[in-house]
Amino acid sequence: MMEWLQEFPKMSRGDLREMRQSLDGAFKEFTGKYGESIEAAFDPIKEFLIFLEHILINSPWPIILAVLVGIVFAMSRNVKITIGSLVALCVIGYLGMWEDTMRTIAMVTVCTMLAIVLGIPLGILMARSDRIQSIINPVLDLMQTMPSFVYLIPVVMIFGIGKVPGMIAVVIYAIPPMIRLTNLGIRLVDQDVLEAADAFGSNSWQKLTNVQLPLALPTIMAGVNQTIMMALAMVVVAALIGVKGLGQPVLNAIANQYLTMGVMNGLAIVAIAIIFDRATQAYGKRLQKHSEVIHG
Amino acid sequence: MAEATGIEIKSLYKIFGPNGKDMVKLVQDGMSKAELNEKHNHVLGLNDINISMPGGKIEVVMGLSGSGKSTLIRHINRLIDPTAGEVLYGNDDVCKMSQTELREFRRHKTAMVFQKFALLPHRTVMKNTVYGLEIQGVPMKEAEERAARWIARVGLEGFEDHYPNQLSGGMQQRVGLARALTNDADILLMDEAFSALDPLIRMDMQTVLLDLQEELHKTIVFITHDLDEALRLGDKIAILRDGAVIQQGTGQEIVLNPADEYIADFVKEVNRGRVILVDTVMDKSKTLEGGLTVSSGIMLEEAAKTFAETGQGEISVVNGEGKPLGVLNVQDTISAMVTPASH
Repeated sequence: MMEWLQEFPKMSRGDLREMRQSLDGAFKEFTGKYGESIEAAFDPIKEFLIFLEHILINSPWPIILAVLVGIVFAMSRNVKITIGSLVALCVIGYLGMWEDTMRTIAMVTVCTMLAIVLGIPLGILMARSDRIQSIINPVLDLMQTMPSFVYLIPVVMIFGIGKVPGMIAVVIYAIPPMIRLTNLGIRLVDQDVLEAADAFGSNSWQKLTNVQLPLALPTIMAGVNQTIMMALAMVVVAALIGVKGLGQPVLNAIANQYLTMGVMNGLAIVAIAIIFDRATQAYGKRLQKHSEVIHG
Repeated sequence: MAEATGIEIKSLYKIFGPNGKDMVKLVQDGMSKAELNEKHNHVLGLNDINISMPGGKIEVVMGLSGSGKSTLIRHINRLIDPTAGEVLYGNDDVCKMSQTELREFRRHKTAMVFQKFALLPHRTVMKNTVYGLEIQGVPMKEAEERAARWIARVGLEGFEDHYPNQLSGGMQQRVGLARALTNDADILLMDEAFSALDPLIRMDMQTVLLDLQEELHKTIVFITHDLDEALRLGDKIAILRDGAVIQQGTGQEIVLNPADEYIADFVKEVNRGRVILVDTVMDKSKTLEGGLTVSSGIMLEEAAKTFAETGQGEISVVNGEGKPLGVLNVQDTISAMVTPASH
């Protein structure tokens, strides 16, 4: 008679199965109907990724090496960081990981660009309205905590296996800091300066471009940096759904217990992460040059 | 430049809270700030403000913190929306302007200087100074030419490419002033503009402002909590307390006839020699032929200097054309400077 206390009351097995089947069925139907057009919509991005990969892999390596190191120097203006990057890339190439590394760099670059292009406007919207913030915030929480394998299921159902689902998975995982930090940066802008902008008759676009974005820039740059780091962290997961790059040898190493191979590719990911991180941080700092010299 | 237009503030109320409009009636019927806060949880910001700010003059609004002076100045360019009342600039009611009209009004008719400077930290002195013109859409070349003139005028020549962080507080506020002047607006709103500066720099900036006003004749609204500053700058002074005007008039009127104990307390420590005019103290029934003269409209302190330097006991006060208006003697001058004249 106390049976209902012993075990949590639950749906019958049959009902549960039915519910799952009908939801799965509905989604499959949706995929069948719209899958192709959704996939087509992502074609330009895919083309761009393939194009970038092609350039990085098929150009003579000394040119690519010079360009990459050149970019690092242009951003950081720091000899130490530049030499470090040069050495790291040379070691990576010498250990036979050049092509995989180029694929990963292409992937991370495109994903970061996507995250910035989508994330900054969303962050701005969020900063403008408390209501939008209260809607987007839980979605971001969901994106950051939901195990990535779960949202890979529908993505793979629509796109199959390959670059596009990989990119979507990476962007979903990497975009939240971009959005959050843009929002935070704009909300933290000094109210006095905003009031001054108002007093001189700025419209909201002028306020955004003259005051809010420039003053939020350090925070936004921190968001870019975080996004790059998180995109790199997803490389192995993306490899699971067929994205080539440094992730695949890692998966291979796990499956076959190749310790050295795993460690080498893992370290290559770390090396790229450090290069990206130092270069973007130094760049962000350089943009804030004006705030360093304080009147004594 | 044509004479600047004045500002008329009429029956202005500001009540902070969700139902401010409904509370105006209660305040008009005599409910106090404390009572309103306690019973209805609304804050009385401004209570029936009527001030006529003459064009081309400096109107000082003085009060201690919480008196509503910063709220008041923000009604003139409507950075804060009023609950009831009118702010008239010529025939236009600022409170009735649409968003677009208001933006145009702010761009072309007003300029503001802030207590905390509120400069754009990522812009150089020059780029900060052209801000108002940039917003108006003035071509950058012309804007920079106009800005350069004001940068030089406030004494910052050679600092055009510095960032605000590289400047001292006084210099930063000079940038704030140059930014406001470059706008070439009729109305200059100064919200405790010099309060964050140390005393010597503050005196310095007051002098800069007075010199500028001598040639510009803008309608300046100056907010301060410092009575000495108010007396030095103000052609007219309004004293605010708990959101209401408790006295307005010239500095001399306020010092000589404080409206209540509160103001009397305030003016007790004032250097009267710098507030009271010789015209107020002189004996108008007499005139002196020849001898020493001082001009009408100067302060007692200056007359006292003349007495001290010459050792005379009597001076003739004359107007601009040299016509004698009355006689000032040492005795009266000294007593007017040290004792409350009336009460």
